[in-house]
Amino acid sequence: MNVDTFAALVLVLPLAGFLFNALLGRMVPRRVVGWVGAGSVGVAFVFALGVLSYTIDGKLAVIPFFTWWASGGFNVPFDLYIDPLSTLMILVITGVGFMIHAYSIGYMGEDPGFSRFFAYMNLFVFSMLLLVLAGNLVWLIIGWAGVGLCSYLLIGFWYQRTSAVLAARKAFVMNVIGDIGLIFAAFLIFLNLKTVDYVVLFGGTHGPTQLLSYASLPKGGTIITAIGLLLLVGAVAKSAQLPLHTWLPDAMEGPTPVSALIHAATMVTAGVYLVARMHLLYDWAPIAAGTVAVIGAVTALFAATIAVVQVDIKRVLAYSTMSQIGYMFLAVGIGAYTAGMFHFMTHAFFKALLFLAAGNVIHAFHDEQDIRKMGNLRRGLPITFWTFLVGTLAISGAPFLSGFFSKDQIIHAALTMGPAVPLLGLIALFTAGLTVFYMFRLFFIAFGWEWLPDDPRHLHEAPPVQTVPVIILAGFAIIGGYIGVGGFLQPVLGTTAEASPAELLGLAAVTSVVALAGFLLAYRLYARDPAAAAAITARVRPVYTLLWRKYYVDELYDRLFVRPGTALGRFLDEIFEPRVLDGFIDGLVLGIGDLADDWRHFQTGKVRRYALWTLGGAALLTAYLGYTLLRTHAL
Amino acid sequence: MIPAYAYLWLSGILFTIGAVGVLIRRNPLVMFMCIELMLNAVNLSFAAFSRYLNSLDGVAFAFLVITVAAAEVVVGIAIIVQVYRAGRAMDVDELDLMKE
Repeated sequence: MNVDTFAALVLVLPLAGFLFNALLGRMVPRRVVGWVGAGSVGVAFVFALGVLSYTIDGKLAVIPFFTWWASGGFNVPFDLYIDPLSTLMILVITGVGFMIHAYSIGYMGEDPGFSRFFAYMNLFVFSMLLLVLAGNLVWLIIGWAGVGLCSYLLIGFWYQRTSAVLAARKAFVMNVIGDIGLIFAAFLIFLNLKTVDYVVLFGGTHGPTQLLSYASLPKGGTIITAIGLLLLVGAVAKSAQLPLHTWLPDAMEGPTPVSALIHAATMVTAGVYLVARMHLLYDWAPIAAGTVAVIGAVTALFAATIAVVQVDIKRVLAYSTMSQIGYMFLAVGIGAYTAGMFHFMTHAFFKALLFLAAGNVIHAFHDEQDIRKMGNLRRGLPITFWTFLVGTLAISGAPFLSGFFSKDQIIHAALTMGPAVPLLGLIALFTAGLTVFYMFRLFFIAFGWEWLPDDPRHLHEAPPVQTVPVIILAGFAIIGGYIGVGGFLQPVLGTTAEASPAELLGLAAVTSVVALAGFLLAYRLYARDPAAAAAITARVRPVYTLLWRKYYVDELYDRLFVRPGTALGRFLDEIFEPRVLDGFIDGLVLGIGDLADDWRHFQTGKVRRYALWTLGGAALLTAYLGYTLLRTHAL
Repeated sequence: MIPAYAYLWLSGILFTIGAVGVLIRRNPLVMFMCIELMLNAVNLSFAAFSRYLNSLDGVAFAFLVITVAAAEVVVGIAIIVQVYRAGRAMDVDELDLMKE
């Protein structure tokens, strides 16, 4: 088999899994549903490895399948774009996705919507694969919309809960705002560059930015900047960056594996992928790229500060995702594309790990998500305890774990290149310390430091189907940093300036010190002396409240958009429609009725009277015509 | 040759007789005959102009009018016969149910 077949199978298998589970899922035993749902993604991962064997040395393949439609000069073929970037994406999506699917067999085992869940999950993976494999913007948008739809379905999976339905709706609305931006970007690209095909746009793997200069779009010009910013609107909505981030924390209403899938393998990384994929355009539009970087850095800090005070285990992780995606945006915004994609991969490992481990904890506590009610998990859930610790260390950038390498690359890049050197780098550095702090705060509060000799709660570790994926992910969270992503992606994304070993060592020292400071603070406040934490909280009550209410962004949007929207709706419904519209229509009807009442008296039924009127009219007309005729001839 | 205005006068007189007949008579059959008179008065002027202007257009138009008149009579007579069979008086002033 060659790369064509591999790539096609990667895409088709999750789709087949979706169709099977959607159509037959209720008729077959649960075990079959689980096997098909997880297996389709797992086998897709194997084929993704086949694709990797082709692209490993930087080759590009465009695999045409059919022409979807053609109209004049506008062709939309369905083809798959296989290059190292899309290969990395499909490997992470199917690999991490498979772990999450396998975990779900145990986690969702008791849920009545088991087959529905797997159908949605498979469709989600399929949409995301379509998004990254698509060879043109049209299919990218289709995958993009599919991802949005599946996130809606999965966040609202427990549709009996009002909060879940509202969260799903919020996610959908936010995503659609982004979709509009993306679609307009595609319009602008087609309008100016006359194509939406990646091959033509980017001229193949090693292609120069010829098309951009051919189309006489000046570097940094208005149009190219507008394209970059519109693409950014799409990316920001999908990746939950400021200011379209509010859906992500609410998305925690979905089942935990969904959160893991959204945060690690699919969905939120789509924005990073989009910017990386369009990096030639962004190289041509420095203002747009700078905006990406600034949004990323600000979101990283913003979300990290909120995460410091949250008490819902999944919400802390959600804000940490926002923050980490912010790092990726920062990286791709300043042109360190490989660093961004590297962090995407390592983040997928440890964030999936953290979410799945958190899921085990939540199950052990019978769906309790408040970390203040947890604690002392080392004996009850030893596997989850240690794997979660690995994840925490990895996201903190503990030396020689995966997060250490990828985050240091981003901080280094932000300190040396891009706009506002070294401000963005300093923000990133500070956020790194904050990350360590809130992650260990979570760890100390939820998992506990002290070891109780006698735990009255009799917590039970999750079954192997839920612990083995977590252990495997923990393994990748440890070794993920040694995977040479930079060299692999270099044919697509180009090289970023290599840092000298001395530089890297110095930076590693600095980040380690920052991380250690964060750790010690968390240890001091939440492991050794919880009273001090409470005292500090009390002293900075206004700041605490600000963070606790998430900077009042939801309230702000409520005031700015939701309430005026409902008020407008109520005005239209209660005043405009009954008074103005109905008044107009009713008035028209009454007026015509009155007019008809007046004029119906002509309708006597007397034929001779009609004839008289007709004749009179004819006489008048004749007189008028005769008069004009005479006058024109007389003149 | 008889001058054109003579034909036009005749046409005008016939038309007026017809029009007055439509207005003053109440028997539907007579009214129909008066309508025919009006139509044929017009036909006469068409024919006269046709001859005078040395063009066949007017005559062609006259044939058109004859056709329409025939069709109209077919429908009209049918209605009148039905009204007669229904036992109603042959007086158009009495036949005013259509106003409803």
